[in-house]
Amino acid sequence: MASGVSDRTVIAGIGQTEFSKNSGRSELQLAAEASLAALDDAGLTAADIDGMVTYTLDSTGEFELVRNLGIKDLRYYSRAPYGGAATCAVVLHAAAAVAAGAANVVLIYRAFNERSGRRFGLPQAPGQVSSSGSLWWRWYMPFGLDTPAKWAALHFQRYMHVYGVTNEDFGRYSVVCRKHAANNPGAYFYQRPITLEDHQNSRWIVEPVLRLLDCCQESDGGVALLITSRERARDLRRPPARIVAAAQSALLGGDIVSDYYHEDIAGMAEIGDIGAQLWSQSGLRPRDIQAAMLYDHFSPIIFMHLEEFGFCGRGEARDFIKQGNIELGGSVPVNTHGGLLGEAYIHGVNHINEAVRQLRGVAINQVADVQHVLVSAGMSGIILGSS
Amino acid sequence: MKRRAPFATHDDQFFWDGVAAGELRLQRCAKCLKLRHPPGPMCPHCHSLEWRIERASGRGSVYSYVIPRHTAIDSGGDPVIVALIELEEGARLVSNLCEVAPDAVRNGMAVEVFFTEFEDGVRLHQFRPAGR
Repeated sequence: MASGVSDRTVIAGIGQTEFSKNSGRSELQLAAEASLAALDDAGLTAADIDGMVTYTLDSTGEFELVRNLGIKDLRYYSRAPYGGAATCAVVLHAAAAVAAGAANVVLIYRAFNERSGRRFGLPQAPGQVSSSGSLWWRWYMPFGLDTPAKWAALHFQRYMHVYGVTNEDFGRYSVVCRKHAANNPGAYFYQRPITLEDHQNSRWIVEPVLRLLDCCQESDGGVALLITSRERARDLRRPPARIVAAAQSALLGGDIVSDYYHEDIAGMAEIGDIGAQLWSQSGLRPRDIQAAMLYDHFSPIIFMHLEEFGFCGRGEARDFIKQGNIELGGSVPVNTHGGLLGEAYIHGVNHINEAVRQLRGVAINQVADVQHVLVSAGMSGIILGSS
Repeated sequence: MKRRAPFATHDDQFFWDGVAAGELRLQRCAKCLKLRHPPGPMCPHCHSLEWRIERASGRGSVYSYVIPRHTAIDSGGDPVIVALIELEEGARLVSNLCEVAPDAVRNGMAVEVFFTEFEDGVRLHQFRPAGR
């Protein structure tokens, strides 16, 4: 069953700033710079933009970006909720708007000073808790469960228990993504690979699940994408990346950055649902995917992605990774830019830029003959195809 | 880190009133009789807005657990263990596991509720190994 979005829309341009620990400029400026880079990449101008989508968590208001980019006539703007869950949701929203005729060229932006400004890794003061999150956070905060690492780890420990997976197993993902990042001049951890021993010697953040080297970075930076129709993209500067499928998921029993209430939490039902939607929309299967960019806020979620999408069976991700399947030259190279652990934490949107580079054949760690790339953030996902 | 106080909303005041009274209270749909936690105003199964409160036995088991080591609550002693407790009624809730060494915690271990007063008048439900 194809959705209305499937194959009618494309990513025509990608842009990004440098990724750092201290950008030295405003989040608005990062958003404007990344947007301009995406326009230049696509060969479009600010006057072409008539739609805009970002995360509800982004601090840059639409009017601010309109004023700075000199956008003349914005006709569609919307936001996708809940942190990393928005990663591919912004593409779905933008593509749906284009497919429905509500906009012709939609700018997606996500920019923040997440290391030098408000850090996600530290417990937030009560006043900082957003209204969308507070209703569930208050059931966890008084017990000392007050950061994404802690929320997520309580879910992942069940997975470790059910399948006998250890923290050392998780470390094998960290080693792979740091190896990929080591080749990527744009990665914060460029030329800084790690060994499994380094991983096992890093300090506990949440025992017995997450060590420091299981956790994504906190980063400053901005990323932008331009979504338009296949027809509009025909005479643009770059070969467009086709949006082959796009999906969001929120299931009864689900939750944000945690998963405590589904009957089975030794997996993640929403990822399974995203997989079912994407395979159904596209008619593709795991064997048709040449590279996957998977949201890696913490290393264990990679295991759930690989299993829920069917790249391997339940409980088999440990051996699948150990056998080299997610490395360059493996059956499905994962996070070839270094991921959120190795490149930077730009809330997942930097994964989409890497997917587009793989499809264009210009990635630093280029995979051979890339036809389809999966990008997943757990509660949203897309499959992109070469043009 | 200092332990944070919980806060109630209109939809779950009964739960925190229970904690104050030394009772673990659960919400059950008055129409289809399904249990739900965390609480909410509408039954997701039958859409009834009528619900009743029942006192949980306080017995359950450890479904999963973690020991935060970075920005953890300063307990002044053993590290605070956070556990997802599966109550024998079927609901799961997040709490702390006490009176057990971190390396002795096991998934599935039987636990029971008790209530503790922390500083600044913060009162919370806590769990410990059952039958001590």
